[in-house]
Amino acid sequence: MSTSEPHARFSSRLPSAENGHDARSRQAARVVNLRKEYHLGGNNIVHALRGVSLDFPEGDFVAIMGQSGSGKSTLLNLLGCLDRPTSGQYFLGGQDVSRLSDYELSRVRGRLLGFIFQSYNLIPQLTVVENIQAPLFYQGRVGGKETERCVRLATMVGLRERLDHRPFQLSGGQQQRVAIARALVNNPRVILADEPTGNLDSQTGEEIMRLLEALNESGRTIIMVTHELDIAQRAKRVVVMRDGLLEAAH
Amino acid sequence: MLKKILLTLRLGFFSLLLHKMRSSLAVLGIMIGVTAVIWLVALGEGVSQEAQRQIKDLGATNIIVKSVKPAAGSSADEGARFLPYGILREDYDRLLGNIPWIRQAVPMREISREFRHRARSHQGQLVGCTGEYLELNQLSLWDGRFINADDQKLLANYCVIAQSVAEQLFPTENPINQSLQIDSDFYQIIGITADRDPSAAIGGSLAGRDYNSDVYIPLETLRARIGDQVMTGRSNSMEGEIVELSQITIGVANIEQVDHAADIIRELLSRNHPNEDYAVIVPKELLRQAENMRMMFNALLILIAGISLLVGGIGIMNIMLATVTERTREIGIRRALGATRADIIQQFLVESVVLTGIGGALGVAVGFFCKPATNSIRKFLNTFFPDSMASVPASIQNLEPQVAYWSVAVAFGISVGVGLLFGLYPARRAAMMDPIEALRHE
Repeated sequence: MSTSEPHARFSSRLPSAENGHDARSRQAARVVNLRKEYHLGGNNIVHALRGVSLDFPEGDFVAIMGQSGSGKSTLLNLLGCLDRPTSGQYFLGGQDVSRLSDYELSRVRGRLLGFIFQSYNLIPQLTVVENIQAPLFYQGRVGGKETERCVRLATMVGLRERLDHRPFQLSGGQQQRVAIARALVNNPRVILADEPTGNLDSQTGEEIMRLLEALNESGRTIIMVTHELDIAQRAKRVVVMRDGLLEAAH
Repeated sequence: MLKKILLTLRLGFFSLLLHKMRSSLAVLGIMIGVTAVIWLVALGEGVSQEAQRQIKDLGATNIIVKSVKPAAGSSADEGARFLPYGILREDYDRLLGNIPWIRQAVPMREISREFRHRARSHQGQLVGCTGEYLELNQLSLWDGRFINADDQKLLANYCVIAQSVAEQLFPTENPINQSLQIDSDFYQIIGITADRDPSAAIGGSLAGRDYNSDVYIPLETLRARIGDQVMTGRSNSMEGEIVELSQITIGVANIEQVDHAADIIRELLSRNHPNEDYAVIVPKELLRQAENMRMMFNALLILIAGISLLVGGIGIMNIMLATVTERTREIGIRRALGATRADIIQQFLVESVVLTGIGGALGVAVGFFCKPATNSIRKFLNTFFPDSMASVPASIQNLEPQVAYWSVAVAFGISVGVGLLFGLYPARRAAMMDPIEALRHE
């Protein structure tokens, strides 16, 4: 409800990109020796991540591949600040976010990250514009300027004519375009895409991939999880995971 | 900030529209609860205001001392032809002499008698009284004048009759200056009192009184002409009694003196009347009792209505829990987009408060229809069940519900409070969900 005070507290901890950390400012994100364990009761511990280190320079486009159970989803959750690592560090925009509270993580997600999901995950009762605006809403940015920006983004992804439509009135490809516009609205440091073409036919998937490539060319950092090789190869580089470790980087 | 709240409200409203049936049933539950509070309190207020009005009619600074016939058999001289009981003229003097701050004391004696004029007759109460009686009982004159002090001194054969008596005995002529026969004596009619509503009985302490068949004569005239011994015929047996005064109405100057005066009166009378052939009625005490009764009554009604609000609240909690489960995925999405736990709590609380707020507002609206609703229910019952309605006490038949504004505020406040209280658990449950789990939810 009262956003101004805690917000100020949070941003004071955030070193701005312009204050001299040259090496880091060119780095969108970096994970160092990231581990994640799940305690399933008793002595039954699952090691989902066993020490993953990865750099994501600004403007990177990485595809993370791996079989199910390889830890790629766990890594994506950690990169998305939806979970905290058991140990290791995660620098996002120059700040270690691996030990932040639930509240602070929510803030980081809202300000620094954009999400694209396999099943689009639009909010059904909101219109296209409202869906795109949702991340700004939680930052208390609800003015006319913001709405304009959302309309611009909707236009950019080709949905100029469907601003007041609701998700059920759109095709899968159109919904994913809305999701991409939504992922851009907060001008994030990193866009996380989880199987962005998984629910789409190949032609629509192709359109979405072209859109992502165009975004990457304009300087966006994209981390994408996929199990389809041809999709993964559209990225600048591919990392493969196996048993909680990076297997190889191409 | 304000805009964000407005947007949250709007969002809550639209989310509720997703399930119109479910939402309206939950709203209905709250609406009924709120209406119940307002109506029950309105009916309670109506009943108690009527009672208070009656008691206030008696005068809050008055103390009424009445003669009461002792219970049969308790009298020591069984078999005596004439049973003496009640307040005596020396009691009247004693009270006046011992309580200096008495402003006025109005004695009165009443007997059941038959009034005649030529061939016509009318059964009613003969009241021996003083001039103050008129004002004391909120009577007004329709014509002529009332008894005054000179009439007392002169033992004048004057009488004042009630309007109904006048209509009965003098259907065509003006009764003023005509003569009225009571027993074997004739009285000259000097005035007519306008009809007034009969006073209703109050609890067990005061019988109702019908002023419309009364005939008033000076108290002293009554004593001289009729005396204290009275024979009354009742179902074939004659009964005799000796009563000096039927009632004394004592007025004190201000309300603080009432309790003290009442104590002294009780003390004085109990010394001289061991067989309790009198009663002291203090309207102020009755008023206080009525006030206490009213508060207890209201508390009880609110309790009953509160239960229906509670049931409504459980309904709200039920649908909010269903909503939260159903929208688990939406919660996950919102969390991913940057919503904090507080944002999620706020969203669902707003929804439940919107529900109960709408219910409360509708309930208030229906609440104000209490009076017309009561009237039409009464009309309906009178039309279709006239017999059973006839047996309902007048105080219920004439009940005028009074919508109490505090009850409107309380009911609406409670309904919104119910939304907050019963919305809190589902909202917390939504906020505490693991965002990853929530996103995975189908």
